[in-house]
Amino acid sequence: MTAAPAAATRRPGLGARLANLVLPVFTGLLLLFLFSPIGVMIAFSFNDPAGRQNITWQGFTVRNYFDLWGRSQITTPMINSLLIATVSTVVATTFGTMIGLALTRFAFRGRWIMNMLIFIPITAPEIILGASLLTLWVSLGVERGFLTILAAHIMFNISFVVVTVRARLAGMNQSLEEAGMDLYADGRTTFWKITFPIIFPGILSAALLAFALSIDDYVITLFSAGHTLTFPLWVFGVSRLGIPPEVNVLGTLIFLTAFAFIGVQLWGQRRQGRAAPITLVGR
Amino acid sequence: MRSLSRGITPLLLLLPGTAWLIVFFVVPMAFMLLISLQQGTFDTGYQLTWNFGIYPEVIGQYWELYWRSAIFALAATGLTLAIGYPVAYTIAFRGGRLKNALLLIVVLPFFVSFVIRTLNWRMILSDNGIVFGFLKDLGIVAPDFHFLATPASVIFGLTYNFLPFMILPLYVAIEKIDRRLIEAATDLYASRLQAFWRVTFVLSLPGVVAGSLLTFIPAVGDFITAEVIGAGNPQVFMIGNIIQRKFLDSLDYPAAAALGFVLVAVVMVLVTVYTRLVGSDQLAG
Repeated sequence: MTAAPAAATRRPGLGARLANLVLPVFTGLLLLFLFSPIGVMIAFSFNDPAGRQNITWQGFTVRNYFDLWGRSQITTPMINSLLIATVSTVVATTFGTMIGLALTRFAFRGRWIMNMLIFIPITAPEIILGASLLTLWVSLGVERGFLTILAAHIMFNISFVVVTVRARLAGMNQSLEEAGMDLYADGRTTFWKITFPIIFPGILSAALLAFALSIDDYVITLFSAGHTLTFPLWVFGVSRLGIPPEVNVLGTLIFLTAFAFIGVQLWGQRRQGRAAPITLVGR
Repeated sequence: MRSLSRGITPLLLLLPGTAWLIVFFVVPMAFMLLISLQQGTFDTGYQLTWNFGIYPEVIGQYWELYWRSAIFALAATGLTLAIGYPVAYTIAFRGGRLKNALLLIVVLPFFVSFVIRTLNWRMILSDNGIVFGFLKDLGIVAPDFHFLATPASVIFGLTYNFLPFMILPLYVAIEKIDRRLIEAATDLYASRLQAFWRVTFVLSLPGVVAGSLLTFIPAVGDFITAEVIGAGNPQVFMIGNIIQRKFLDSLDYPAAAALGFVLVAVVMVLVTVYTRLVGSDQLAG
């Protein structure tokens, strides 16, 4: 390349250097803004409010953390949420992975219908998915509760799993499967010994996404819940006037769990990043 | 996969998931359509009378809420784009080794429940809360000023909640841009601003389109923000608040179902117009 030498040697002036700072500073400020409700949530989880109104700072206490599990009103919604998230993740991940395999590995007619069926639930406003399910329950006289919430969560999770798993399958080198077949492995053996281990990270991230979506869902759940409470429904119900400290305690615990997950992931990436140059040298 | 490509294997793979989506997504849409055409009251029961007149009726009664929802969602989409673009650009082009870490930091707050985040914003922005209580003590803001329950507060809440839906697709599109193209533009005497608008921005359009749709569609149907940050003020209600109340409080199922279908139609029309304007091939990118 014949790069213009003038451009390469020109020292940026003070104005240009200041201009270069604008974007990083803006990004930093935005990150602060994104975290501000989280910071307040963590701070107020240690607040010692006089009554139920947890609006102004009264004093520091860790009692909220120790009182938490004594409150039976929290336990039932939390167990419901965890059960629904676990079961819907397992079912949706299984069904979604199967669809992902069919869409990437087989040619069949009416693919576009399948694509629409996957795509529309992801893009439709949640209130439409929730409200239309309500009309189903009402029309058929199904009593709303744990099972109707579960059916709804499996429904919206399938699409997200298909999209995530399909991305992994599409990026996969198919000649590995062909090599397996050439070496007389049957379809089943090829799948379990070659395809499945390769796409497993994709299945795992799809499952994590499904679990996170299920445990956080408010809108669709509301329409299928009846009198059953999940964690987000419970939070909304007890926070009509002010946020009780236990809501912020649970929010803080969820945040710390997510933080730990992401920290571990970043640490893994950094290790991989450091390992890469070494393998290059070794070669 | 020659030996697998024939036979019933693909059918068996598709069957359970597809059946689930049909029973719990397609069939409910049909039931919602049928219910919208029924008449009666909750106590005496609803009968199917093919009452198509419900549609002009609910549109006549609630067109203002559709209009408001579209304006709020458009404003929030514009704001997330204006705020999110510089951030996605900075992470993609200046992030260096920290790219992935920065991206994860952007999404980290959103792992905390949507409901809890929105409730905390309501507390922060309340009349005598952390922000406005402080400003009032300093005398910067009039003592009777309030922000919650205003249109601006609802747009603010929507903007906050949908920022990651804008930043992530923008980042993916900007990160893919071959930076030699931008160098080529500046070598050919384009100013930095010209190079940005004529090269970088144009090449990032698929991200702009995807981010706008991922923000606008959920935002236009949202009702939690107007309920919590809008403090339940009917003056800032969006159409989702009416649909939710009619379904769950007043149990007026036919009108609620009709309002839901009109919302679907509004979204489809706006999305079609938008993708026509920017070119639908941008979606594929």
